[in-house]
Amino acid sequence: MTLWKRFFTNGSAPQARERLQILLSHERQVLGGDDLLSSLREDILAAVAKRVPCERDSVKVRLERGAPMSILEIEVEIRGNVELGLTRAA
Amino acid sequence: MAKVITVTSGKGGVGKTTTTAAIGAALARTGDKVVVVDFDVGLRNLDLIMGAERRVVYDFVNVIQGDARLPQALIKDKRLDSLFLLPASQTRDKDALTEEGVDKVIDDLRRHFDWVVCDSPAGIERGATLAMRHADIAIVVTNPEVSSVRDSDRIVGILDSKTLKAERGETVDKRLLLTRYDAVRAARGDMLKIEDVLDILSLPLLGIVPESPDVLKASNFGVPVSIHDPDSVPARAYNDAARRLKGEELAVEVPKQRLGLFGKFLRRAA
Repeated sequence: MTLWKRFFTNGSAPQARERLQILLSHERQVLGGDDLLSSLREDILAAVAKRVPCERDSVKVRLERGAPMSILEIEVEIRGNVELGLTRAA
Repeated sequence: MAKVITVTSGKGGVGKTTTTAAIGAALARTGDKVVVVDFDVGLRNLDLIMGAERRVVYDFVNVIQGDARLPQALIKDKRLDSLFLLPASQTRDKDALTEEGVDKVIDDLRRHFDWVVCDSPAGIERGATLAMRHADIAIVVTNPEVSSVRDSDRIVGILDSKTLKAERGETVDKRLLLTRYDAVRAARGDMLKIEDVLDILSLPLLGIVPESPDVLKASNFGVPVSIHDPDSVPARAYNDAARRLKGEELAVEVPKQRLGLFGKFLRRAA
């Protein structure tokens, strides 16, 4: 069994990698900093808050980095139903 | 124009002081004028790693408080003419280093040296932020291990917000130095891969220093590992890192798994 395990498991490093990625993406948001994601989050918060009440914690920005393409995921939670307030362009 | 390098990590015991001494000596070996500065007030150790512990008369705090002039506190290295040490004080007063005092000393050192290498204390308190305040380049020392990587990530955030460069809207040139790398455990898949650490921290790689008995041996003798046995693997790694700091473009060598006794026999037989 141990021999089997030895040959057919990938070791503990992938676990470490995954736990770190999850933890750090959270900590970078909470602790802030001057990195790209924190700045983007502040910019988005400022833009949204100009139109609808919105709190800092309800803006989530994630970046999935990849070789051919990276994906920037933005999620903004707004309490209650949002009034669209459509006005016809003059 | 002098450059200030800060060796930092957040976590303790990853190799900051070893790295400060080794990089300082490696740069001095090329003929540059170098001063290594110990910011770990209360727990100084750079003097010991440099083999200068019995020659400390005045220290950093004495200079700041006006009890000694800077040239009186600088200790000249016994082996390299262009290498100097400014030792930390052993006072328990955490506030002995003041912002203005540090500013003045670093400005003076910049005028007389090519490189000012600052050894940061562990943690993210005052001593650590003072050590990184003047940094042009930050060497983030990291072990391929979860807690070290996490702390390095914190330090990167602080480097981007609490340094003079950050206040001026510029960025500190941050480089990752991976230390205590164990090729055997890496091959077994039980240690974070180099690519993983680079990907998570997204910093350019300054070098990889393997876990090696040579590091301990050099510290026993009080000689920076980069000049103790210049042909040893860690010495080569540090000397190459110093050349990269000076602008040379050198490929980073990944330490190979050393063959055990059995493997050596096999290789010899082949």
